[in-house]
Amino acid sequence: MKKAETHISSYSSHAIVLIVLLTLTTISVLVTKWHIGAYTVAAALIIASIKVRTVIFHFMHVKFESRFIKLMISGVFVLYALVIIITFIDYYLR
Amino acid sequence: MSVQESHSEYIDSETGKLGMWIFLFTELFLFGGLFLVYAVFRAKYSESFHSAALELNTFIGTLNTVFLLTSSMTVAMSLTAIQKNQKKLALFLVFVTLLFAALFMMNKYFEWSHKFELKLYPGSEVLKNLPRGELLFFGLYFMMTGLHALHVLIGMVLLSVNLVKIKSGAVSQNHYLHLENSALYWHLVDLIWIFLFPLLYLIT
Repeated sequence: MKKAETHISSYSSHAIVLIVLLTLTTISVLVTKWHIGAYTVAAALIIASIKVRTVIFHFMHVKFESRFIKLMISGVFVLYALVIIITFIDYYLR
Repeated sequence: MSVQESHSEYIDSETGKLGMWIFLFTELFLFGGLFLVYAVFRAKYSESFHSAALELNTFIGTLNTVFLLTSSMTVAMSLTAIQKNQKKLALFLVFVTLLFAALFMMNKYFEWSHKFELKLYPGSEVLKNLPRGELLFFGLYFMMTGLHALHVLIGMVLLSVNLVKIKSGAVSQNHYLHLENSALYWHLVDLIWIFLFPLLYLIT
């Protein structure tokens, strides 16, 4: 009865996600060759974050998971961001 | 498969998946700690990190990224295949995933061998005489990629177990939690590499 609720991702959707991920990889490799200084780090990290979000949502199927799992995952990332921010505040102000 | 079994599988799959996610969170923080160490030392020794990162081969790093991303797709597809009861296709896709994992490890082997030839390995005289920032970079490089490679190996063992289980029918259309959780683990390996790759190989 509940089985019908399980979402099955199609093969083509997985293939499209891979194409998106490979395109983003190409962009991040090219961006570092432009020598835009400090922005390189920011660009590389932003692209990596988009890639991570894509993998979590599509390959890890979180897009179709319960709200509880979604909340937990977002919570963990917020927690990690806080750890980074607090560490750097400590690092720069000591 | 009896109806009863598939019913209990449904209950298992929610709690089982939740447990897997909690485990993955601990893994994220394991690597997260290392990323934090990297970030602080990078802020402190940005010049040395820049010159040390030039030693790394961007081509090998990019190739390994492609391998891992593709393997992530094939393992996600294998789950689709098992859900659609396409057993042979699922077996094939898990096998292809293992193949990409092996290619990744082979690349890693050549990469590390090259570093060892240059006498760049933890504890070597060459490394000890490098500026402090470069020493830290290589320390983090070996620690992070080493720990990641260990996860790749564990993932390969998990996927091999799945091959056997799919073949024997222990993993099937109504009973795929084992494959689902192994796939989640494999995606985590991919996620960590997505951050490792730009931080170590690209930002130079």
